[in-house]
Amino acid sequence: MSDDIAAMLVEQVTRALAEHCDASTLREVEARRFPKQAWDALAPIGLRLALVPEDQGGAGLGLEAAADLFMALGRHGAPVPLAEDMVAAMLFAAGGLEVPDDGVLTFAAAGSAVPWGAFATRVAMVHGRRLHITAGGVANGRASISGEPRDVIEHATTLAEVTLPEAFGDDSARALTALVRAAEIAGALGAILALAVDYANIRVQFGRPIGRFQAIQQQLAEFAEESACTSVAARSAGRAADQRGLAGAAFEIGCAKIIAGEAAGKCAGIAHQVFAAIGITEDHSLHHFTRRLWSWREEGGTERFWARRIGAEAQARGGAALWPDITARDEEPSP
Amino acid sequence: MEGLRFTLRDAPPAAALRTRLRDFLREAGRDWTPEIRARSWMGFSREFSLVVGREGWIGMGWSKTYGGHERSAMERLIVLEELLAAGAPAGAHWIGDRQSGPLILRLGTEEQRRTLLPGIARGELAFCIGLSEPDSGSDLASLRTRAERVPGGWLLNGRKLWTTFGHLCDYMIALVRTSPAPEKGARHQGLSQVLVDLRASGITIRPIRDLTGEEAFNEITFDDVRLPDDALIGQEGAGWTQATSELAFERSGPDRILSSYPLLAESVTALRDDPAAAEPLGREVARLWGLRRMSLSIAGMLENGEDPVRQAALVKDLGNSYEQALPGNLRRMADMDTMPEEVRRMHAYLTQIAPTFSLRGGTREIMRGIIAKELGLR
Repeated sequence: MSDDIAAMLVEQVTRALAEHCDASTLREVEARRFPKQAWDALAPIGLRLALVPEDQGGAGLGLEAAADLFMALGRHGAPVPLAEDMVAAMLFAAGGLEVPDDGVLTFAAAGSAVPWGAFATRVAMVHGRRLHITAGGVANGRASISGEPRDVIEHATTLAEVTLPEAFGDDSARALTALVRAAEIAGALGAILALAVDYANIRVQFGRPIGRFQAIQQQLAEFAEESACTSVAARSAGRAADQRGLAGAAFEIGCAKIIAGEAAGKCAGIAHQVFAAIGITEDHSLHHFTRRLWSWREEGGTERFWARRIGAEAQARGGAALWPDITARDEEPSP
Repeated sequence: MEGLRFTLRDAPPAAALRTRLRDFLREAGRDWTPEIRARSWMGFSREFSLVVGREGWIGMGWSKTYGGHERSAMERLIVLEELLAAGAPAGAHWIGDRQSGPLILRLGTEEQRRTLLPGIARGELAFCIGLSEPDSGSDLASLRTRAERVPGGWLLNGRKLWTTFGHLCDYMIALVRTSPAPEKGARHQGLSQVLVDLRASGITIRPIRDLTGEEAFNEITFDDVRLPDDALIGQEGAGWTQATSELAFERSGPDRILSSYPLLAESVTALRDDPAAAEPLGREVARLWGLRRMSLSIAGMLENGEDPVRQAALVKDLGNSYEQALPGNLRRMADMDTMPEEVRRMHAYLTQIAPTFSLRGGTREIMRGIIAKELGLR
């Protein structure tokens, strides 16, 4: 049942994104304008309630299904803050608060930059297990590598303060951001790969499409490998969170973010190599995606952050426990 | 790109089976040297395979009629994973269990199934695969070893090269030409798979010493070798299709991910007090987890009767790159001369043998060619 809802939502969102968003939407965002037309077209689909439990009036989808939606958004460069909005609504509900039915929601860990902060009407700010709901406040205009709004918000008024369930753990905003960005990276990789394959099949040099050269084929195959691995990792991390709660899935989410971050660097490099000079131009749409790869890998914990944590845990447990620990994680029966 | 889609799959709860395997392997592995553990499924021990067979861990999915155990593909995967994680010398039964047995089960005659499969499942019969030849490596369809029809059977002539454990095995399943190659194109036609009893007369096996000083692979020459009528496996002329349809099974297993795992585990222990090693070790662990999720996904697709041959090529290349990179990555974490002897020796062996990981079972370039084709690059 919820699988059907998830598939239907992915389809609707994908269709709406294709219809209402293109490179001009991404340019709008990078110019620090809220893409109102795109938002107004996508908001009515009702993604806000996707992750809200059914008994609180939502669709009750889990994070594995959410990963598919984040991937769909990433495939179009996440031109609107729908992922942030969905997750913020989930936090509202988890804290027992009523989910607002208008405006734009976002979330962040206390002290971190707030994605789309300047345009949000409500921010779910997470301090350990405490959730503070604030109004937009004063945004400082900070932006990511790709020019997406990542404001540090000051002088925000707290409208409500509640405690999140234990299963969320003490670092839920970081884990959720990591999951969102890992999945969005997977989506963006899919989009870039499709662009690169099309280009390699039409760009002619030495009398044939460059896609016929083994050197190009091998690089794009490597890209496809990283892309597939990132997608499996992001969806698996979401599944682990559904099975064991966010805190219980920190390992999987961290692994997925490491895989996504490494893939982002490698694949952006390959894409630019295939497109050569045209891919560097402002006019070409490639950079909207590759720059987002470079941005997103910085958020929700970098490869370095998660690898240190996962490595330190493995060291503390010792080599003999490594394999038993990995296999035990996959054997949790679904609830 | 449909052929690169992965469906998620979890391993089934199997704590009891894993515990049984781990207890068994701890006991069996008491005297394994670092080199034996580093060799993993390229270690050949008849004694060990006999014990594994007695435990019911070979031919797990096959019908009991043929000596199998009628267990699920996922249970079999668990057995393979545990053997690899322990660095068990499983080479004597690995090919029979992974490839030759399933091929005989699927395409062999009733007679072939009854005579061969129970022996494989008991760990008694060791198989090797005859593909490469002196002039045919990645371009396998150019192979020239041929079997000619003669009264009462076949006459085999030619040469196979790089046949792992050929000098230690009982049988080879060889891909050979049974009718001349057409003038142009369609070179894949006219090939067949034949069963060769390696004790037959006319066979000369010359072991080839590798760079570690070991003799694992060979050159096998066939000089008017008489094969019986029933040496043919499957259909005459369908050898190429048959051999390539094994590939999803051959390429997707945990043996493409875990070949250097024992070194990783030992390194985690050896470096447990080094804070600077946490990050690079964490990256290794994360990749391992991701690859295992992909491997489980393929096992699930195989169990559902799908044919994820392209996904298998993709995971093989990623997995090979991972297991191959480990010895080099470790050097960035520690000076090997300061490491415990166990780690130093495993590292020494794997450093030398790791280049083969992206050669065996199809080279990196062939795997990436398969993926590129699926992407629509021509």
